[in-house]
Amino acid sequence: MLTLVIFLPLAAALLLPAVPRRAVPWTWVAVGLANLGLIAGMWAAHGTRDGTSYETNVRWIPSVGAGYHVGADGLSLPLLTLTALLFAACAVYSVRQERRGRAFAMLFLFLETVCLGVFAALDLLLFFVFFDLSIVGMYFVILVWGHAGGAARSALKFFLYTFLGSLFLLLGFIGLYLGADPHTFDMVELTRNPPLEDAPALAGLTLLALGVGLGIKTPVVPFHTWLPPAHTDAPAPGSAILAGVMLKMGAYGLVRIAMPMLPDAWRRYALAVLVVGLVSVLYGALVALAQDDIKRLVAYTSVNHMGYVVLALGAAGYAGGTDGGGARRLAVTGAVTQMVSHGLITGALFLLCGVLHARAGSYDLRRFGGVARAAPVFAGTLAVAAFASLGLPGFSGFVAEFQIFAGTIGTGAAATAVTGALAVLGIVVTAGLFLRVLHRLLLGGPGELTGRVGDLRRREAAAIVPLLALSVLVGVLPGPLLDTIEPLSAAVTGWVAR
Amino acid sequence: MNENPADLAPELCLLLAAVLGLAGGMFLPRTGQWRVAALGALGALAGLVAAGVAATRPELTAFGSFAVDPVTHVTRIVVLASVPPVLALAAGPVRGHPRESEHYVLMLLSALGTIMLGGATDLLVVVAAYLLASIPAYALAGFGKDAPGTEAALKYYLMGAFLGVLMLAGVTLLSGVAGGTAYAQLRTGLAGAPDAAVAAGVVALLAGLLFKAGAVPGHFWVPDVAQGAPPAVAAFVTTVPKIGAFAALYRFGADALPDGAAGWPVLVAVIAAAAMTLGNLAAFGQRNVRRLLAYSTVSQAGYLLVPVAAAGRTDLAEPAVLFYLAAYAVTNAGAFAVVLAAGRDDLRGYTGLLRAAPVTGLALAVCLLGFVGTPPTAVFAAKVLMFGAAIDGGLGWLAVVAAVNTVASVFYYLRWIVPMCRAPDGPFRPARGAALVAAGAAACSLLLGAGAGVALAL
Repeated sequence: MLTLVIFLPLAAALLLPAVPRRAVPWTWVAVGLANLGLIAGMWAAHGTRDGTSYETNVRWIPSVGAGYHVGADGLSLPLLTLTALLFAACAVYSVRQERRGRAFAMLFLFLETVCLGVFAALDLLLFFVFFDLSIVGMYFVILVWGHAGGAARSALKFFLYTFLGSLFLLLGFIGLYLGADPHTFDMVELTRNPPLEDAPALAGLTLLALGVGLGIKTPVVPFHTWLPPAHTDAPAPGSAILAGVMLKMGAYGLVRIAMPMLPDAWRRYALAVLVVGLVSVLYGALVALAQDDIKRLVAYTSVNHMGYVVLALGAAGYAGGTDGGGARRLAVTGAVTQMVSHGLITGALFLLCGVLHARAGSYDLRRFGGVARAAPVFAGTLAVAAFASLGLPGFSGFVAEFQIFAGTIGTGAAATAVTGALAVLGIVVTAGLFLRVLHRLLLGGPGELTGRVGDLRRREAAAIVPLLALSVLVGVLPGPLLDTIEPLSAAVTGWVAR
Repeated sequence: MNENPADLAPELCLLLAAVLGLAGGMFLPRTGQWRVAALGALGALAGLVAAGVAATRPELTAFGSFAVDPVTHVTRIVVLASVPPVLALAAGPVRGHPRESEHYVLMLLSALGTIMLGGATDLLVVVAAYLLASIPAYALAGFGKDAPGTEAALKYYLMGAFLGVLMLAGVTLLSGVAGGTAYAQLRTGLAGAPDAAVAAGVVALLAGLLFKAGAVPGHFWVPDVAQGAPPAVAAFVTTVPKIGAFAALYRFGADALPDGAAGWPVLVAVIAAAAMTLGNLAAFGQRNVRRLLAYSTVSQAGYLLVPVAAAGRTDLAEPAVLFYLAAYAVTNAGAFAVVLAAGRDDLRGYTGLLRAAPVTGLALAVCLLGFVGTPPTAVFAAKVLMFGAAIDGGLGWLAVVAAVNTVASVFYYLRWIVPMCRAPDGPFRPARGAALVAAGAAACSLLLGAGAGVALAL
């Protein structure tokens, strides 16, 4: 079942050359929605149970202990659903894609398979295969469909940077593989019997390799410099996927691989994780404040938002087994919720930036003003997305960030309390910068380019509004999502405390 | 001693095809000489069947100096499987050439020498195989009789002769201190020999083998031959002879040397690091795709040397070398096939290839990303094994060097991919045969990568 869901988009991509030109976008939308329906159904069937559903385990390279092992649990199901949702939204958004529309659709369907594969993989080698292919796919999206001018350069930077990360990740995986007895790449096995327990130095090195690899992808300061140019030059759907789905792969890897498989090392170096998370939160927010390019600004808020995730995961490790585990569980749940929430909100924000660029050909905030009068629906949607992103109660971001802070500070250790309290400042800065955006862009007198900004078209609204509606839904009724994640975060905190 | 000629059936098939081709070529009309290529391909396929059958039988040693073991099986299969595509690549350009049949026969003989090099367990056989693999290749390099070809052939020959003599000196020295040239004898004899003599002998021996492998410091011929020789010959010379050289290097490190003698792991590891780094750095500025590919093969030789350095210290070394050899051969043949299909040497000539000729363009993209080690291509699985062998063999620093080099190599492979994605600036008609070989190689690379489990189980 899970295999079908993963490879359905790829199969559709391979059949797409046979589809008549005019039917290509609608085929893409249909496949995207069908896949979304299937995954949502799978989530509903899984419910809030503990453990892994839809497991498939086939031998792939038995001589090195690697298999085609996929499965879905409380951590992967929300992210799988988010992936399918964002890809469906991008399909709807791109119905009018003129330039090489067929190849665009094929590439995105390929990317959907790859991204779903990352979140479903239960084998390190399989995870890596999908992880690496996502880089290749996104490279071509930025290179071919990016904005003229810097796209080739940004795409190269993106490829080199994230590819370096993926190779460090591979070295880390091989370290785990060689540390396990018997040698295996299977995540379930490695989680059950964490490798390298009696070799702390090697475990530390392996964690370093994993941390650098996943940190580049997340991205955390100081490995974030590839992100702003990649976003600025990528087409809007490419940015939405890059930020909404692919950044999650890094944080997901931390929860799925680094924490359960190297619990000792994670606890020992948790302070470093905490600090890196805190720096990402503050630095991302402050740099975003200084941006005049709205897409760059949103890109830096991603650094800030993913920083909260890293902070929470660090806190869960730092507190180790000192408290009852309630606060740590809260932090992990908050981190996973933040991944979902950030995917929804940032996906919507990037698509809105794309609307702006499609109309006016610029992202420069200084050249706009008074858009609210010219394009009321656009302005309203952007305002909602901005408030959601700054963590206003009633939106998913609030649920996530509240749990992260409550969990981080609540673990009771001095270091987590201090970093948690400092990270709250990030929220203040984010609020300031989004209010500044709304002020510059929507209010005031008309700017140089305001005349060109028409209102949201139907397909654009159909792509963006559901994302924000879901954010509100999670904000108002977080129960189902949290209940799905809860057993998993209990398991993860248990593993880390081993 | 086992002296059953049937154990050498694959080699005999190739030899028979070469001899029949040479004799038959004299009597065939000039327009009908393609039959020699067909005969050669047939011989290779027959040899492939024989090699496949032999691979299911237990290991043995033939004539006291030729091992029939997994290393030989893989060498045989990879070499024999690459002969028909390479012959197909050559068939187009040399059709109607006055020496057409000789061209094919030279390729067959060089391939035969390569297999012998991979299977030899005696230094004297290694030397003979080295000559058999090299001399036809010198002639092939100068086959076009034009200025660049002559320069390439001369450079190739002089380097080969010089390093070959050094290698002979090394063999002499090693046999002198060990009391014999068979690997089993070397292993016992070298254990008590003076370290300095062993080290000097090993270094001199390496000179010749590294020349064949196209690794630093014997790599100076690679770019000139790749650029100056006819493209089909370039494809052959940068693919096939290397296979035997790496098999021989691995076998020497694993079977002939006592553990850690002559500082083998460190020596080879340093050479590996130098080869991948120098190859990559030199490839950065190239505008000629054949020269670019040549330097890329130098860096690939560096990665291939990593498991050779770990020979005998980890179980992963042998599968890593063998799988990487197969993956490398497929990928390199595919990339050169695209160059032949496109018939253009300048990077800019590839503008718009992906749109003008989607299949060929896609094949090139798969091969180039394959060189980088993108999953699920064959080189990816090979690189995983290679990294594993390095870390398990205690050469963690080499794994990091290899990882950093891999990232650096992305840069120049992408320099080739980027123009491909642009809009085409003119019509593009790829040669059909070469395009077919390219597509086949790319498909093989994907299959070998996805089916790595099956391949490794054998």
